[in-house]
Amino acid sequence: MSERMRHGASIGQPLTRRDGPAKVTGAARYSADFKPEGMLHAVMAVSTIARGRVTHLDVAAAKAHPGVVDVMTPENAPALAKSPDEKDNPFTFRLDLLQNAGVRYANQPIAVVIAETLEAATEGAALLAPRYDAEVPEVELGGGEIFTPSSVGAGSPTEEGAGDVAAGLAAADTRLEATYETAAQYHNALEPHTSVAAWDGDRLTLQTPTQALWIAKGRLAELFGIPPENIRIVSHFLGGGFGSKGFIAAPQILGIMAAKLVGRPVKLVTRREQMFGPVGHRASTRQTLKLGAKADGGLTALDHHTLTLTSRHDDFVEACGLIARHLYAADAIATTHAVSRADIGTPLFMRAPGEAPGSVAVESALDELALELDMDPLELRLRNYAEVEPITHRPFSSKALRECYAQGAERFGWAKRPKQPRQMRDAHGLLVGWGMGTATYPAGMMQGEARATIRADGTALVETAAQDMGQGAWTVLAQIAADGLGLGLDAVDLRIGESDLPNGGLAGGSTGTATAGSAVHAATQAALAELEALAVNDRASPLYGAGNAGTVAQNGRLARRDDPTRSESFSEILARADKASVEAKGTGAGEPASRKTYAMHAHGAVYAEVKVDPDLGQIRVTRLVGAFAAGRIVNPRLVRSQYYGGMIWGVSLALHEHAVLDTRSGRVMNPNLAEYHVPVNADVPSLEAILVEEHDPHVNPLGIKGVGEIGITGTAGAIANAVWHATGVRVRHFPITLDKLLT
Amino acid sequence: MNRFDYIRAGSVAEAVAAHAAGAAYLASGTNLLDLMKGDVTRPERLVDISRIFGLDAIETLPDGGTRIGALVRNATLAHDPAFAKAYPAVAEALLSGASAQLRNAATTAGNILQRTRCQYFYDTASACNKRQPGAGCDAIGGVTRTHAVLGWSEHCIATHPSDFCVPLAGFDAVVEIEGPAGRREIPLESFHRLPGDAPERETELAPGDLVVAVRLPPEAKAFAAHSRYLKVRERTSYAFALVSAAVGLTFAGDRIGQARIALGGVALKPWRARAAEALLAGAIPSPELFARAADAALQGASPSGDNAAKIDLARRIVVRALTLAQAGTPARIPALPASPFGA
Repeated sequence: MSERMRHGASIGQPLTRRDGPAKVTGAARYSADFKPEGMLHAVMAVSTIARGRVTHLDVAAAKAHPGVVDVMTPENAPALAKSPDEKDNPFTFRLDLLQNAGVRYANQPIAVVIAETLEAATEGAALLAPRYDAEVPEVELGGGEIFTPSSVGAGSPTEEGAGDVAAGLAAADTRLEATYETAAQYHNALEPHTSVAAWDGDRLTLQTPTQALWIAKGRLAELFGIPPENIRIVSHFLGGGFGSKGFIAAPQILGIMAAKLVGRPVKLVTRREQMFGPVGHRASTRQTLKLGAKADGGLTALDHHTLTLTSRHDDFVEACGLIARHLYAADAIATTHAVSRADIGTPLFMRAPGEAPGSVAVESALDELALELDMDPLELRLRNYAEVEPITHRPFSSKALRECYAQGAERFGWAKRPKQPRQMRDAHGLLVGWGMGTATYPAGMMQGEARATIRADGTALVETAAQDMGQGAWTVLAQIAADGLGLGLDAVDLRIGESDLPNGGLAGGSTGTATAGSAVHAATQAALAELEALAVNDRASPLYGAGNAGTVAQNGRLARRDDPTRSESFSEILARADKASVEAKGTGAGEPASRKTYAMHAHGAVYAEVKVDPDLGQIRVTRLVGAFAAGRIVNPRLVRSQYYGGMIWGVSLALHEHAVLDTRSGRVMNPNLAEYHVPVNADVPSLEAILVEEHDPHVNPLGIKGVGEIGITGTAGAIANAVWHATGVRVRHFPITLDKLLT
Repeated sequence: MNRFDYIRAGSVAEAVAAHAAGAAYLASGTNLLDLMKGDVTRPERLVDISRIFGLDAIETLPDGGTRIGALVRNATLAHDPAFAKAYPAVAEALLSGASAQLRNAATTAGNILQRTRCQYFYDTASACNKRQPGAGCDAIGGVTRTHAVLGWSEHCIATHPSDFCVPLAGFDAVVEIEGPAGRREIPLESFHRLPGDAPERETELAPGDLVVAVRLPPEAKAFAAHSRYLKVRERTSYAFALVSAAVGLTFAGDRIGQARIALGGVALKPWRARAAEALLAGAIPSPELFARAADAALQGASPSGDNAAKIDLARRIVVRALTLAQAGTPARIPALPASPFGA
């Protein structure tokens, strides 16, 4: 079906970004680049305690500072139409919007200073010199009350499994039990959360980076008690999101409230250190894996228990157990979650939420089991290859994982890997290790709409409130539109990133292109149908009477499907009908029946080489080869870029990223990019992503699975396994830092 | 950020005259401006010395030594071919620090005067005796993986973050100062102070003193053929040293002539290891000798918290740096300077 729906040649082309020239010349305007007439600057003051209440703010001192216009505190913050603590669905997260003096975590906003200059606002915030009634905070994993959450991740069941794990373990020839810990990570998009807000009566214009324009618009409409259509959000370019911009965050809304308070446009930019608290993070986890296997490697039991943290005031649970529900064909599977509460900002979706830390534990455990079984780690995975989804027994809509394993192994040279550790050295005496891991991420879809307009000059306009956070929506949606309309890319204008366009879904959960792309495709087909209707019923058209045969759009013309020589240009059809344009909407959404029938996931295999200094313990990833199958690839260049980004995050998860909390104060002590380490170029010498062909007739009409998150999964485990293979030291506490390797 | 006066000095004399209580000299500001934005320091006056003529020269002195002007950029110095040939460990240390962008901006004097990276110094909500004498030290008992293992006190356990200063201390560099009391010199080795009971006093500079140059003596060139800087860090680039070592050796036949060893990342100052140097002088190099030298270098080390691993690591890096120095200075600075992966 999907092949037949392709008319053009844009899909599949490795085009460079359409927005690239604007970005490299500085013409692309990010939210903070906007400066409406009369704009003031706002700076948040944030709490230095993690639990308690603010007892005093020296508002007078701040107001006395030259340039300060006003100070927004719970005393004078504009009233909201709905409490930001009201939680009417699991994905409305509680926000700290100066509703009271309470402090629930360090770096919580406690006031906003509005001034003529950024400097004055910054100093005003310092002059507030807050005093507190502080309580002793709890920030440690498992330190607070432990409970079983009602759901995990994006509404998945807390527990899921099949078979009898105890029996499976009893029947095993080899058993492994190991506990792995992953560290708290904070989203650190290069562009911090920013808003430039301007009110005109009860109408709001907002420049802000968001991964979900319509969700943001809906939340703001409720909070401010105005109709959604009174709100115009512009989000043309995002400097990264990674989940922290999926839902509009407190700092962004405080900027809007500040604008309302002072009656002038206001810009509020979150400071880097303020990113560590109010805009979400990935909580630390402690995961216990119990594996049982027969001597031939067949898994008799896979038990994956996760303990993680959430805030004291809200629920978000890192769903580490999801990965074990569909990846390996064990006789018995159990996946469970528990959570403890802490005085921290509420955790949130972070790129590959659940799957990323879950994968590192599962893939490490399999590697340990392979050693126990004296089996090659790849062979162990193939031995337990899931032909159908293990718990549900549903068939996969498509699954080219076997090809991923094979192509990645071939390219990497996996066959030459010695089974025992500490067997390889480079010319300089550095230890060399090889490891691998399986990558996987669900191929989800949200619901979205798009509008396509075919214009009398033969060009088209395609519109949807989709978001480009760097992944390439500006380019790939245009490619999909061009092919859908049978037009060249240059004849297609794309409008995205504005909330008054049709709902383009969420740039998140690896659903963005699948959803908005499907909507765009559907809209183009609907617009062509309008055009076709004009022609086939018009005696003057060469297409008259083609109602049965149907038409196909190519090179700006509609042609009879059964006789391409009979055709007419879009312009001619519209001119004769005396119309300036035809337009139509289309919807993109998962098809419920096929989503019920099939398990839908992208898959991959990642192979890693690391080098470790035998005396100093310093680690470097020297080679990463990933082979991924994710349905149809709309743009190989941008998809590779997504895989690279994910794989680099895998390096980060395995070796670098780690928010260090002082458990006495509850504060993050490395809230800056000098000390909160993510990989730099020198940490990522060689990356390769192989695009494994996969045809999926079920996920959506275009056969697209998401690619934004899968690259992290598999990679971190592969690196951990390679570090073990290099050194013989199994580190189960991530990130793997060099002090853990000093023996 | 507080409001402050800004004065652009046209000469050293003007700068010194413009200095007053609560003032700070501003060169490139790669550290100072960050500290001001974070409210860690709140100078009432900035005296901008960045445009003073003549402070940016690298000169060879009549005695064969080298005088580095206070405003010579870190990148300029490291990439000066004659300098890098004469003082390869200094060049390697410079190139292993910060990022290319920072090295292009940061100056010689700014580098030696950079403040500690102790998280509790940066976090203004924490007690810090450096920021506020007598306030206490919240680092003690806190997050201390990177803190000092030598020369710390119950008042401060911070470390000095500079890479550049480590070989400077090892090779007997001298700091030239102009101040209200005129011109004077301090050996770099004693320029930075250990915390003792006054961690707020970080250097021997008196109020108003301006560093105008750093001088390397001609004797330091004798180590050029066997000289290395090695740095262990938690990512391959753009990270402060967990521990580092600068080493220089001369040889007389099969024996070591003289040795120079200094450690970074272990104390509130670059740590000259004179006992280790004495042990090496005149000895026949061997792994056992290097191990004994490393033990001597870490004599008296003790963890100031959760950082015992640094002591072990520092020993190991001394041994490795000595081994590399014995093998000879590489013909060119490695692409990954001071890294175990630089080969």
